[in-house]
Amino acid sequence: MLRVDHLDGFYGRAHVLQSVSFALAAGEVLVLLGRNGAGKSTTMKSLIGLLRPRGGRILFGGQDVAGWEPHRIARLGMGYVPEDRRIFADLTVAENLEVGRRPARVGLPEWTEEKLFALFPNLARMRDRPGGRMSGGEQQMLTIARTLMGNPELVLLDEPSEGLSPLIVEQMAHAVLALKQAGVTVLLAEQNFHFAARVADRAAVIESGRIVWRGTMADLLADEAVRAAHLQV
Amino acid sequence: MTFLLLQLLTGIAGASALFLVSAGLTVIFGVTRVVNFSHGSLYMLGAYVAWSTLTHLPATPLGFAIGVLATALVLAALGAGLEMALLRRIYRAPELLQLLATFGVVLIVQDATQAIWGAEDLSLPRPAWMRAFVAIGSERFPAYDLLLIAAGPAVLGALWLLLHRTRFGTLVRAATQDREMVAALGVDQRVLFTAVFALGAGLAGLGGVLALPDGSANLQLDLSVITDAFVIVVVGGLGSLTGAYLASLLIGVMQSLGILFVPKLTLVMVFAVMAVVLVVRPQGLLGRAAATVREAAAPPLVRPAPRALRWLAAAALAALIVAPLLVGPFTVSVLTEAMIAVLFACSLHFMMGPGGMPSFGHAAWFGLGAYGAALAATALAWPLPFALLLAPLVAGIIAASFGWFVVRLSGVYLAMLTLAFAQIVWAVAEQWSGITGGDDGILGVWPQGVLARPHIFYWLTLAVGTAGALLLRRALYAPFGYALRGARDSTLRAESIGLPTARLRLVAFAIAGAAAGLAGGLSAYSKGSVFPTYVSIGHSVDALLMVLLGGVQTMSGPIVGAFAYTGLYDTLLLATAQWRLVLGAAIVALVLVFPQGIAGATLPAWRRRAA
Amino acid sequence: MAPARGVSVLAAAGLCKSFGGVPAVRGVSFAVAGGEMLALIGPNGAGKSTCFNMLSGQLRPDAGRVRLDARDITGLAPRRIWRLGVGRTFQITATFASMTVRENVQMALLSHHGDVFRFWCAARHRHVAAADALLAPLGLGPHADIAAGVLAYGDLKRLELAMALANAPRLLLMDEPTAGMAPAERTALMRLTRTLAAERGIAVLFTEHDMDIVFSVADRILVLHQGELIAEGDGSAIRADPRVREVYLGTGATSGGH
Repeated sequence: MLRVDHLDGFYGRAHVLQSVSFALAAGEVLVLLGRNGAGKSTTMKSLIGLLRPRGGRILFGGQDVAGWEPHRIARLGMGYVPEDRRIFADLTVAENLEVGRRPARVGLPEWTEEKLFALFPNLARMRDRPGGRMSGGEQQMLTIARTLMGNPELVLLDEPSEGLSPLIVEQMAHAVLALKQAGVTVLLAEQNFHFAARVADRAAVIESGRIVWRGTMADLLADEAVRAAHLQV
Repeated sequence: MTFLLLQLLTGIAGASALFLVSAGLTVIFGVTRVVNFSHGSLYMLGAYVAWSTLTHLPATPLGFAIGVLATALVLAALGAGLEMALLRRIYRAPELLQLLATFGVVLIVQDATQAIWGAEDLSLPRPAWMRAFVAIGSERFPAYDLLLIAAGPAVLGALWLLLHRTRFGTLVRAATQDREMVAALGVDQRVLFTAVFALGAGLAGLGGVLALPDGSANLQLDLSVITDAFVIVVVGGLGSLTGAYLASLLIGVMQSLGILFVPKLTLVMVFAVMAVVLVVRPQGLLGRAAATVREAAAPPLVRPAPRALRWLAAAALAALIVAPLLVGPFTVSVLTEAMIAVLFACSLHFMMGPGGMPSFGHAAWFGLGAYGAALAATALAWPLPFALLLAPLVAGIIAASFGWFVVRLSGVYLAMLTLAFAQIVWAVAEQWSGITGGDDGILGVWPQGVLARPHIFYWLTLAVGTAGALLLRRALYAPFGYALRGARDSTLRAESIGLPTARLRLVAFAIAGAAAGLAGGLSAYSKGSVFPTYVSIGHSVDALLMVLLGGVQTMSGPIVGAFAYTGLYDTLLLATAQWRLVLGAAIVALVLVFPQGIAGATLPAWRRRAA
Repeated sequence: MAPARGVSVLAAAGLCKSFGGVPAVRGVSFAVAGGEMLALIGPNGAGKSTCFNMLSGQLRPDAGRVRLDARDITGLAPRRIWRLGVGRTFQITATFASMTVRENVQMALLSHHGDVFRFWCAARHRHVAAADALLAPLGLGPHADIAAGVLAYGDLKRLELAMALANAPRLLLMDEPTAGMAPAERTALMRLTRTLAAERGIAVLFTEHDMDIVFSVADRILVLHQGELIAEGDGSAIRADPRVREVYLGTGATSGGH
């Protein structure tokens, strides 16, 4: 589905991604674990084209999309859910969804407003409310729903649990599992280990712009030494 | 009573064309975040294109309709071309440099228009159907003006439907809030931006053609219309179309009633309305508090100048001191102008860079200082030292009182308010001819005694200019300058560590005004005269150009910029009649090549090599 | 309900605030004592930030009073409140991007010493030692010469704390002080805050979503829901409260709350 090969990224003169490599198979959930500033968000932004990588390859949909414009990558079937949600505050819930709408993809079920409202019942009740007048948790649901309107094959979820209350984080975990059931591949960036453990199949630990550990979630749960060394949990 | 009503209707009719221009300006600003200075030029081109089209079409209502449509389409195409050729390349540049680039377009369009259509005013012979009247009470009102009155709400309604009932409109509104996110959702920003620019340019063209029958196509339209449009967009609230319509009505009616009651102070009234609205509702009538700008790059650290740069500056100063002994009188006069420009540019940089207060009207303080010194020298017969001392005092005190309004605003709004105040000063200079001499200005402001010799006066200017620039610089490295930068970087944090941000800005504003006033006083003596052009938009833009050319975030920027600009300007003026075209093209090229300014571009490279 | 230690530094009584007719905070009253760590938790939109902004002067309450050391500070401007001894860190960090880390703290010290309207002396040579003394315990010493604008998020949070401490405050208001930091860093920062607070008798009021931190460092916890206080007490009391579990904590499966 996605293969990232020796990705290098700079922010100004700082070398923030150093030869990052990983791969995702269709239908799985991979979590990038690491502290703030480790390079998770930079990886996500480089994948969707908001940052231009300096080196390496991003193989997606059979093409190397490194350095492409974001809209071309999105049209290939990559969906991006940013860390800070970036809801269109003046647009209603329905209009926010409309911005994300793109034609369905062959072989995948089409997401519609109705299906998304079934997944996130809270949104159905506020269809005509401006995005700016929603709580943080509701905005997080809307931003995921907005991305799904583009019928992506792969969704990049950047810290969906950040700043949310424990109860909402639980709902978020249900939503990610529902995506997986619907056949969507998910690349998740997280700091919340408990959340990641609930939803992910495999994990990659990123530290100072390098992948320092790779394996299944079960291995990570079993390996206290790795967790203590890299995640401090 | 009927007469008053007619005057009111005339005002509303005039408001329609203003609204069309402003609507285009605000739609373009919303999506691209570019304050398009050349929008008035598009309006002017609309008027000229309409003149050419309509004089070749049958003088019937149908012919007129075709001409209107054709003009709007031609302007939309021109706008799309402008976006693709220039604006698309500068979306990531700082917003004031974008402004600078579009001002370059203004200059280019002025010369190009003159080359194509000539310098004469072109008015449309009004066909019979256009001369029809309707009776209102005992008076007659032009039917065409009724058409204009209807055009405003009609276009407003059409735009509302476009923005709220179509996918294109939804995308435009989304991009207005977060264009990067829109791209990440699969929308091609380029197409969207070009389309929006074409829409805005088409609206400007529509405004130009609809206003043509009541006026003429002339070369002054661009700046007069863009000033009105700025005022309207700011009064109505940036990004609000309905606000722009209400503000157009307000300004249109003020203008037509103003001519009736206080013909001399119309301009002052218009800008007074703007000042009142901005002070009561800083975000404009229907605007919302400015959204936080997402892509604002962090301003760089301010470090002491590298040793090499200090040596270079000392060498340059030494060269400037001995220059009059080596060069001819013309070069001495150019160098005098350059030193005045250095002080003027440093004063603007002081409030604009570290102070974070961009000004479109810095010429106001320059002009006040110049008029102050000139009046002291002629009417009061004060000797030069006292008159020169009065210049910064007058400018500084008036700046401090204007500043009370100004420092409550920020960003584009603040810039527009400074423009408004400058226009008030300009209007007073033009119209209070008993004191200021009006357009004839004040003549005979010459230094006496030994200072009358050009190279002695040059040394005085060099000393005053250098001392002023160094003092401003010293203050920026002192706690005051740090606190000022703190207030700019984060007002929230500044207030929460006890910094009085409004007072800091006010003091900076007054200091900048005083320094500009001093430059103005020197200029009055150097030229021997003072004219209202000292306070004109063009002169304010000169200051902006110098600061932006040099780089707003470097301490040496305004000095480099002042020399570069004065040199460029004087060379061009001598070399070519089409100096506007060349200067405009040079500005556009400079912005494309050095988006951080000259010093802003070279200094980091220098530091890297030194490190 | 755990008794407050010592004399209360801050006391809020009946605070109310509405936005456009929608009540955000409804009749909130509480007190914090010197050296005490008081946590304010609750769902997003419960009114935590609004409460904070009323205490620090960013917002004026519609009703109710705020007292600092028995002095009424209701509705004073933020910079007046700071001068009376209230330091603040923000949910979204606010620092001076065009200055170095040390200069940020120097700026706070310059303000504290009333040096702001000096036009001649060089600012970067003033209060250097005092600034370094504030940076050192927070582990920012090595970063002192870096521009605040390029600092990592967790370091910015610590810089804010250093600036908040520059005027020897009586009360610290910390809005989500550990958001965006690694788990171990979070605990370390809050333990350090706790130590500093105890040493200097500073009252600390903070909001936090990480329940591990809340339960490990807070002396007392307030729970806000839809603008009202629905519970108050120590960690075990809050964990056991059925209402709090229902509206905020949930089962704890994804949050590490036990």
